[in-house]
Parts: sequence; structure tokens; C-alpha cells
Amino acid sequence: MPEGRVEVKKTYKLFIAGAFPRSESGRSYVVAAHDGAFLANVAWASRKDVRDAVAAARAAQPGWAAATAYNRGQVLYRVAELLEDRRDQFVTAVRDAEGGTARAAQRQVDQAIDRWVWYAGWTDKVAQVAGAANPVAGPYFNFSVPEPTGVLGVVAPHGASLLGLVSVVAPAIAVANTVVVVADEHRPLPAVTLTEVLATSDVPGGVVNLLTGPAAELVPVLAAHRDVDGLDLAGAETELAGLAEAAGATNIKRVARRVGDDHDWSRDPGTSRLLRFVETKTVWHPIGI
Amino acid sequence: MAERPLPGTAGAAAVFEYSPAPESRAVARLQSSYGLFVDGAFRDSIDGDVLKTISPSSEEVLAEVTLAGPRDVDAAVAAARTAFEGPWGTMPGAQRAKYLFRIARLIQERARELAVVETLDNGKPIRESRDVDVPLAAAHFFYYAGWADKLEHAGFGPRPRPLGVAGQVIPWNFPLLMAAWKLAPALAAGNTCVLKPAETTPLSALVLADILQQAELPAGAVNIVTGDGTTGAALVAHDGVDKVAFTGSTEVGRRIQESVAGTHKHLTLELGGKAANIVFADAALDQAVEGIVNGIFFNQGHVCCAGSRLLIEESVAPTVVAMLKRRLSTLRLGDPMDKNTDIGAINSPEQLARIVTLADAGVDEGAERWSPPCTLPEKGWWFPPTVFTDVAPSHRIAREEIFGPVLSVLTFRTPDEAVEKANNTTYGLSAGVWTEKGSRILAMAERLRAGVVWANTFNRFDPTSPFGGFKESGFGREGGRHGLGAYLDA
Repeated sequence: MPEGRVEVKKTYKLFIAGAFPRSESGRSYVVAAHDGAFLANVAWASRKDVRDAVAAARAAQPGWAAATAYNRGQVLYRVAELLEDRRDQFVTAVRDAEGGTARAAQRQVDQAIDRWVWYAGWTDKVAQVAGAANPVAGPYFNFSVPEPTGVLGVVAPHGASLLGLVSVVAPAIAVANTVVVVADEHRPLPAVTLTEVLATSDVPGGVVNLLTGPAAELVPVLAAHRDVDGLDLAGAETELAGLAEAAGATNIKRVARRVGDDHDWSRDPGTSRLLRFVETKTVWHPIGI
Repeated sequence: MAERPLPGTAGAAAVFEYSPAPESRAVARLQSSYGLFVDGAFRDSIDGDVLKTISPSSEEVLAEVTLAGPRDVDAAVAAARTAFEGPWGTMPGAQRAKYLFRIARLIQERARELAVVETLDNGKPIRESRDVDVPLAAAHFFYYAGWADKLEHAGFGPRPRPLGVAGQVIPWNFPLLMAAWKLAPALAAGNTCVLKPAETTPLSALVLADILQQAELPAGAVNIVTGDGTTGAALVAHDGVDKVAFTGSTEVGRRIQESVAGTHKHLTLELGGKAANIVFADAALDQAVEGIVNGIFFNQGHVCCAGSRLLIEESVAPTVVAMLKRRLSTLRLGDPMDKNTDIGAINSPEQLARIVTLADAGVDEGAERWSPPCTLPEKGWWFPPTVFTDVAPSHRIAREEIFGPVLSVLTFRTPDEAVEKANNTTYGLSAGVWTEKGSRILAMAERLRAGVVWANTFNRFDPTSPFGGFKESGFGREGGRHGLGAYLDA
């Protein structure tokens, strides 16, 4: 950089329906680095922003579910390609947010990229693992297939600002759900930067929506929203998680409970998150001439 | 072959003429000669010979390739063994997955080139190589890439292990696609491969070798030895091979099974077929006619699962045959590189001779032969789309695999009779059922002795869908979760 050049700073905004609006409330809050230094003002989303994000996720869900599993797999793989291309940027973002060594940040970014690849490979296999042809005792062909739950509210985990987020969002959308994510309140910048990758990948607008702001304000609105079908409370504090789960009972939301802040996101994710937000559909059809 | 008048009466006049729409062949970037792809690089042969590969539509020599000898096969198997014990066999699945994803992407990137090479070398219409062979090959790598790090989820026990070195021999009808069907699951499961492409269609596999280099696949994980039947036999019989996978004729498959008998080698065979395509009177007949045409005239009928026996419910048989003849009269036979071409060239003079012999036998045995009026190009090897009616189940054209654009039409009166006739074959690869009644589809599917049953469609392929035969059509499945099982010690 030439001496004396003034850097252009990025504005961190919400991500709703594939666009980057500020909060309709006009509010923002300060995000600091791990050492307390000022990093950015980020949007402080409102209840209205939550509702807009849910509407966007709902609008996007049928189209995303109608895409072939092969197509969804390629779209998720494309996210990994673009993330790899911006690896250094994410290493910096993770390190700014969390501190720690460059090596640790690199490892987290690499694992986040690999996690997209892991779930990209699942899109066209989950039905082969979780589905079944059921040998009922009668002249019927009977089969079960997993279908997406629908629109999910996701509270991003506190640990691993990038890997944790990817670990909850990628499996949810791999099985054709759409999501409204509440970013980690204090370390939201890697999440916002990830939405900039999603926006330039082939993920359709509205499949992933991201809100920044205080979880205590946003999560209850999401949890009580009747057009949200499931809640992943991974990053919710204990008390908030309990309230959200209770609020979710209004329309029988499927709930994944909070994980501890010390959860190790680098572990083999297995299939538990993939199968967390699917509905099993069973079809009967008679057999006979 | 000289132009000749064809039997036929029902030619429909074309509503409008097509202008030529030739694909450019420049993108093929063919070399004049190719070595063997062994241990990660193209190499000269040790004890082999030279083979010319010829365009079936023009009889032009496209390139010289190597006819690998026994020591070439030795070297390839040794390279595969080293890679199995070294970089590829010890690599974590997640890493293997990334190489396979790269290969899938590179096939997509070089799709046009691969399609042109395939059409030049094989004679199939560019529309089919462009829209079917190449995209499916990429999809196959993409699908199995995803399995490479998920083997413990595939239902083969907690710690499924690869078999070792796979010797894979593939046919000339879908050269690139068959290479993908063989290599992708084998590599995903952690095996290493020696692939032997067909004698008459080696080129797309050699482009694939270049793609493997661009993907930086570890040396020796895939070795490609071109050659003829002797090369394939040497590979199959090689002591260093742990798994043999073959796609081709039942006759050769039987010899391969004999050759591996009593050894430690695992074996899967995807062999011939004589599929029944069963049309009930209640079927949507326009759709059925499209499916019949696709079933037997796709890829000039060079398809092991082709719907070569049409079984029509008697009450609609005259109607369906008339509709079929009208539809066939609109098919365009000619330059495979023309994007409007429906029927390309027959892959080799040997194959043409076999088709001619069987078609003549059909006439001799009393069946009624019909082809639409069409002019065959002067150069190359061609056979017009042909339909035989008045076919009896005992006729050779109803029993033997013709592997050409020849359809035998039989009729039936009851579902039982349809099942009886459909299963009255030594083969069991595929079958088709056309009816608007879902319960009848499933009842027929239960009773048909075939590995794939298509209902109200035909010749559909997908990497997630297992494919393979019953009876003398072979054993083992390719595609889907089941396709992994052919390459795992489970």
C-alpha cells in the first residue's frame, strides 16, 4: 500500500433476499476486535427486519427444494470454491474477531471450506441413507423419503465464528431448508463476509438470510414467528434458549437445542445436523394388475 | 458403403428442410498419436503395437494409439499397486473427494471438447454426446466424490475397505461415460485403477487422462492402457489385479468369469440385454412412441439396455406400429457432427456386419422388415432404423442381442402373457412398462426379471440410480450407493 493512502472501509449490512439492506430501524452497534479495538458499526436489526427475512426465506424455499439434489450439491460446492478463493480474507476476519494465532485461524477457515464440501456431497445421498423402501405386509409399494422442514431460525454459535456458522447453516440448506440466521452478536463480521460470498455464488437469494444485532431482542421474535418451522438454538444463551423453545411450541417448531460454548466444531460432524430438520414422508401405492 | 434404395413405403414428406448445423471439430485438439497413461504420465509402449482409431462416419484415421502389450499391462498394474500402497490408498477420504470433485469440474469445463472427441471417435450424434454422455460422466464423478469421505455411512459396515487394484475393461458404446462409471466409484472407495478402453474408441479416455493430470491426481491412481481384446485379457488375467470390472458382451463376460475362477479376484459384470418394452392399451400412446424410439434408436441401438423387443397389447398394436413408422420417418440419419442428427454411424464394420446378419435372419425366418426411406452416406458404416413386425419369440431377432437400430415387434393379450414373453430370455438387464395405471406398473415391475424397470420412460440414467442386470446380463451394480459395494471389501 502506498504511504498515506486512505483505506476504504466496508459497511457491514444485513443480508435479506439476496440483497444487503441496512436495518429498517436505522440503528447500528459497535463491534470490537478481540483486543477491544473498533472494527465496525454493524446493522442492529429490528423485529421488522426479522419478519422481512422470514418472508424472504419462505419465498425462496419452494424453489430451492424444487432444485435437483445434484444441482444443490453443485451450488454448495461452488460456495467452497469461492471461499477457498477468499481464504486469506477470512483468515484475517476470523483472527480479528477471535484473536489467536494465524495458524489457528487458517485451520478454522480450511475446516469451514471442507465442511461445505462435506455437505455438498450429502445433498444427493441423504435420501439414500435416510430413506427406505418399506416391505409392508400387503400388495403395496411403500417408501419413505426425507423432505425439508421448511424455514428455519438459526442462532449462530459463539465458538468458531466461521466454522460454527457454516456447521449449522450448510446442513440446513443442503436438505433444502431456507434459513434466517442471527449472527453471533459480538463476532458477526466473518458471518457478514460469508454472506458476501453467498451473494456471489449460485445460492438463490433468500435461501440464507443473516441478521446482526442483540440475540435477546431478535431470537424471541424469530421463535414466536408462525411462519418459521424450526429453530436451531446452537448459540443461544441458556435462558434465551429455554424461552425460545417454549415460544416455538405455538406452531410446534422442531428445535435443535443450544450447544455449549466450548463445543468443538472441528469434530467430524456426522449426519446429526443433516437429519435434524427433515420431515419423513411415506407414500403408499397399491400393486396390482 | 454405396447409397442404396431402402425398402419402405410410409415416408412422410419433411415439413421443412434443415440447414446443416455442423459442430466445429477444431475444439477436439486431437494429437496424431498417443502413448499409454501409466504412473501419471503418457509413456511410450514397452512391448506394444500401434492401433489406428477411425471415425465411423467418414472412415478417416483420427489418430494412432498404442496397442498395449503384456509388459505394458505389467507396468500399469505395478503403478496402480504402488499408488494403492502409497499416496492414494493411504489418503483420507476427504482428500480423495477433492480430487474427484476436481475431475468432475474439469469434465464440465472441457465438455465441448469431450463431446466432439466422442462423436468423432464413436460415430454417435453430437446432440447425444453433448447432452447425455458428457454431462452424465461429470455428474458421476460429482456424485461419487461425495461418497469418498462418507463410506462409513453407505451401509457396508463401520470400516469398509477398498479392494486394491481394479482392472476395468469398458465397451465402445459410451466410451467416456463407461470410464466414469468405472473410475469414479473405484477411486471414491480408495482403490486404484487400470482402465482398458475399447479398441475402436480410445480417444475420450485419453483426453480424460489429460484431465487427470490437470487435476493433479496422484500418479498411478489411474492408469489407462489402450489396446484390443488381448490387452483386456492380459489385464483381467493379471495376478496383481484384485478386482475385475467388465462391461461388454455376455460372450466375453463368460470368458472373463472363467479366467478369474479360482483366484482371489472380485468380479462384476455388466453384459448384454434384450429388453422388453411393454405397451399396454391404456398407455399415453404418443409418449409411448417417443419412449419406444428413444429406447431402441438412442445411440444407434448400441445400448446394452436398449428396448429391442417391443411388446404391444394386441388391441392397439396396429395403431402403435403406424404411429411408430410415422415417427421414424422424421428421424434424421447422417453426419454425427450435425446438431440436427438423430441417428449416427455404426461404430465399426464388424458391428455393422453383425447387424446385417441378424436383420437378414429376421427376413429369412419370416418377419416383416420395414425402414423409412433414407439415404445412407457414401462413406462410413451405416444402418437405417429398422422395424420388424410379425416376429415370433423363437426368431433370432427376438432372442439375440443385435446392438443396433433394429426393433422387433411382438404382441400380447394379457399381462401374464406380457410377463411370460418379456422374461423369456437369457438376459435380464432392463425392461419398460407403458400404462397409465400405477398399480399395474408396480405389479409388472415385481414380476419382470430385470435389473432396471423403466415406467413411462426409457433409457434414463442417473449417478444416484443403481444399474445392472439379472441372469446372463451380469451381476453387480454401477451407480448409486450400491455401486460403491462393487469396490468395497464389505
